[in-house]
Formats: sequence, C-alpha cells, structure tokens
Amino acid sequence: MVDLKRPIAELVADVQAAKVSAVTLVQASLDRISETADYHTVLELNEAALEQAAGVDGRVAAGEQLPLAGVPFVAKDNYLTLGTHTTAASNILKPFKAPYAGPVIERLLAAGAVLVAKVNLDAFAHGSSTENSDFGPTKNPIDPTRVPGGSSGGSAAAVALGQAAFALGSDTGGSIRQPASFSGVVGLKPTYGLVPRTGVVAMGSSVDVLGPLTNSAADAALVLDIMAGRDASDATTLERDPETYAVKSGDLKGLKIGLIKEYMEEGLSPVIRRHTEEMVAQLEARGAVVTPVSLPATKLALAAYYILVPAEVSSNLARYDGIRYGHRSAKATNLEETYRLSRAEGFGAEAKRRIMIGTYVLSSGYYDAYYKRAQKVRTKLVEEFETAFKKYDLLLGPTTPTVAFPLGAKAHDPLAMYLNDVCTVAVNLVGVPAISLPMGTEDGLPVGLQLIAPQRAERALLEASVAVEDMVGDWRARA
Amino acid sequence: MSKLGTDEVERIARLARIQLSAEEIATMSTELGQIVGFVEQLQSVDISEVEPTDQVTGLVDVWREDEVRPSMSREELLVNAPAQKDGYIVVKRVKNG
Repeated sequence: MVDLKRPIAELVADVQAAKVSAVTLVQASLDRISETADYHTVLELNEAALEQAAGVDGRVAAGEQLPLAGVPFVAKDNYLTLGTHTTAASNILKPFKAPYAGPVIERLLAAGAVLVAKVNLDAFAHGSSTENSDFGPTKNPIDPTRVPGGSSGGSAAAVALGQAAFALGSDTGGSIRQPASFSGVVGLKPTYGLVPRTGVVAMGSSVDVLGPLTNSAADAALVLDIMAGRDASDATTLERDPETYAVKSGDLKGLKIGLIKEYMEEGLSPVIRRHTEEMVAQLEARGAVVTPVSLPATKLALAAYYILVPAEVSSNLARYDGIRYGHRSAKATNLEETYRLSRAEGFGAEAKRRIMIGTYVLSSGYYDAYYKRAQKVRTKLVEEFETAFKKYDLLLGPTTPTVAFPLGAKAHDPLAMYLNDVCTVAVNLVGVPAISLPMGTEDGLPVGLQLIAPQRAERALLEASVAVEDMVGDWRARA
Repeated sequence: MSKLGTDEVERIARLARIQLSAEEIATMSTELGQIVGFVEQLQSVDISEVEPTDQVTGLVDVWREDEVRPSMSREELLVNAPAQKDGYIVVKRVKNG
C-alpha cells in the first residue's frame, strides 16, 4: 500500500524512476479519502484526478523532469479550480464554478502535482475551527471529538490523515499555522506577496497569504519553491529568491533566536509553556543563542487585527450581491432586495458579523477612531519586529496558547474564538514569514512551535525548521 | 459587557446591504458590542508620533505593459449568472411599481 506520508522527494523520485505511477498515488489518495470520510475534510472530489494523473505519467514517460511528478494534493476550497465548484465553504458561493484557476494552481499542475479534492474551511476563511463552514465542521485527525483548527482545518486534517501528500491553505491571521498546530502537521505562512493571491477568494487583502501544509519542513520547502514568485496578475507580488527554497538541511549553531516574552504569558497552557522551554534548552544545547525579547505591541495586535481585517472583509465581500454569480434570493422584488436578501440567505453568522464590524469601523465618523488608529498601531508592530530582527535571526514562541478544543466549545462565543489567534496575527500584520512545527503533545494532542523570520528570509526559516525537526525527533513521543 | 444599540446595528446592516431578522439584530447587538469593547483597548495607545501602515513590503509603482491580451469569452463569464437572457444578466427592477 502506498503511504502518502512519505517525504514528497521520495514519492517524486519513485514516479520519475517509474517505480510507481502517478495514477497509483492518486488512487491511494482517493482510497484514503474514502476510508477516512468521517472526518469530513473533503467538500468535492476532482472527478478528473485519475485522468490527470495518467497525463502526468505520460509526461514522465516522454522524458519530462517534473519537480512534483504525480504528487496528490488537496486545495482549500477558497482556491479557484477548474472542473470543480469553488464554494469557500459558503452557501452564497455554493453554485459557483470558477472560470479560471490562479497562478499557484497552474504552477503546481505544471510541476506534475495532481489536485485530488477541494477541502473544508471556515466559510470565507473566517474562523479558527472549521465550525463556521456552512457545510459542517471537519473533525480533528487525532481526536474526532475536537476541532482541527481553522480556517485551513480541512487542509491540516487531510495531510495528517494521509489523504494527500500536501495541502494548500491560506493564512490571514493564523489560518495555516493554527490548524497545523492543532492537527500535528507543518504549516508555512510565507512573506506577504511572495506567493500570488490571484485565483483565491479574497479575505483581508493587505494580509492574506497562501502557503502549504505538509508532513515536514522539507516538504513545505519543496512546495513553496513551486508556489513562490511574481505574477503579473498580482501587483503586490515580490521577486522570489533566485536560489531554490527547497532546502534539505540546516544548522542551528550560532543562530540568534529571540523568545517572544508576550507569547509566554497568561493564558498559555502550562504544558505548552514547558514544551517551548524544552525547545529553548535543546536549541541552546545545539549551539543556538536564545534570549527573551519583549515585543509590547504584540499585545495590541489582536485588537488591531479585528479592526483591519473585518474592514477589508466588508469591502471584499461586497461583491457577493446575487447578480453576477453565487446565490440569488428568490424572494426579492427589486434590486435592493436582491442584494439584501441574497446576502442574508447566503452568508453565515460569522461572515455577517465580520462584514458588520468592518462596515461599522469604516463608517462615517468612526474611520479615524478605529481604522486609522489600528493602522498606526500596526506601524508600531512593524517597527518592533524590525528592531528585533536587527538583533535576531529568528523569533520563537508557541503557535497557539492551548491544544485543540472540543467541537462546539467556542462556537457561540466569537470573542473567545478570536483569542485563539493571539500568537499568530502579529506576523500577518507585519508581513513576515512564519512556520508551525509539531513539538510535542498535551494529553495526546499536538502542540506547535512557531518560528518567525524577517521578510523574504524563507530559506533561513526553512533551514532552521529542518534542523529543529531533527532535534524534536518523534513529537508524538514527547508528552 | 457593552452592547451596540439596535438602531446602530440596523444602520450598519443597511449600509452593508444585509437583511437581518429581529433575532439576529438582538444577537448582533450583544456580540458586536463585545467585539467593539475588545478593540476599544487601542484608544489608550499613544500614536501621536506614528504614521499609519497601508502596506508592509515597500513595493511602489508596479507597472505592466499596456497591451492587448486574450480574455475569457462572454459565455464563459456568464455561466455563473443566476439569470440571463440574450447574453445579458437579468436583474429585478430598480424601483417597485
């Protein structure tokens, strides 16, 4: 039986050497999805996956060298893809079939990867548990009575369950790293602008980034190497590093690492604190120099985030009006009602809440007090990170203050749900890259370590991550 | 916890073009009040010497060539429209009667 949790480089080598076919890998992915259907990761299968895998086998047979030959992957359902629906897990986009796919999907397909399924998320990526999906929650891959995290919860669970070799996610405030932490996989959030956002349902355009969820840092590096780089369709994209991102090893000796004090304070689970402190001790034993660093503005990051991102959400979700695509209310008698009723019927509670907050903070008389003030707090945050990175190569802390919580535990308390992102949102507002790596367990549930690097320092971040993984060993064995 | 007045919730819902039920307005009044109460903590931060951040990577003036490129056909783009006729999207009348 094919194990999709093997290193992607090995899967690719086997396909290139004709030891295994792309069709076999994709069939294994489909079989595994079917065996583990109870976790509700998948919203829709790509019906053409096996046919497309055969196409990859043909390209390999014709002598093409494909960096992701035959590798089955799943995409969060806010990625536009051809041949399936793209719903963003929302009722308002339930009927929507995208007329194009973005550069990330095109690059991955050109590299020989095969899209097997579209997976679940909190509707429009609003949430930290996938419970805001209009199509029902995904279950935690380690404990199905708990949430997998979110919003890329379907992506994280799919990788953890071995349904695909990697998954695509999006991260606006922690939506790749937090579910990676809750589900025991690796989640990479690149520098803002390194990966083109075209072809993904927009949430907070000044912070949204796309990245992979994988079984290892080396896998994340391999996938990022295909995803990254400028595209003319997204004017905010950056030039990629001319060297490969697909690093295979790294050294911790001599690295200067700052332990973010504010992430080690109240609200942090004592077990996660202990795991983080053990990481620090082991890093020092391997020659890294770890010292505590205070970033006081990180305490304000969540409040700034919940002004800025809802403001951008309210603008980005204005396009869902029932006119050109998506759900249109059958009850409307005039144009105004078409807008109001289509949006009332099509948006779930969290999307409505965020649109309402965003509309409020941008409305006449409130703009300076909320939005502009939050953008200034964001400046303080940017400056603190810039100062820290003059002294440190990397910053470190836990990814989340707690382990995965039970399904339903926070579903009726939006503010408690928002507090899940307390260790992850600052990174988005500053635009720097970060990764979550499994570092141990609490009562059997995964605990994530977050490493943060300066903008465009993905290679250094990934090299350190590979070395940290080696240092951690089997995280499941660390209670 | 503070609440946001129901008048205010209704005003925002009108601006956002979302029809809310009476029950939703009551819930939103509490929930939005809590969230606005939470973000109020920024009001005490000294930001007098600080400029706002609109973007974080420092990119400026990204240009592309102004050239004709292939685009999607009308049929492809209309395929998702909930109602259409003769290549146009059909909508309800702008005003009643």
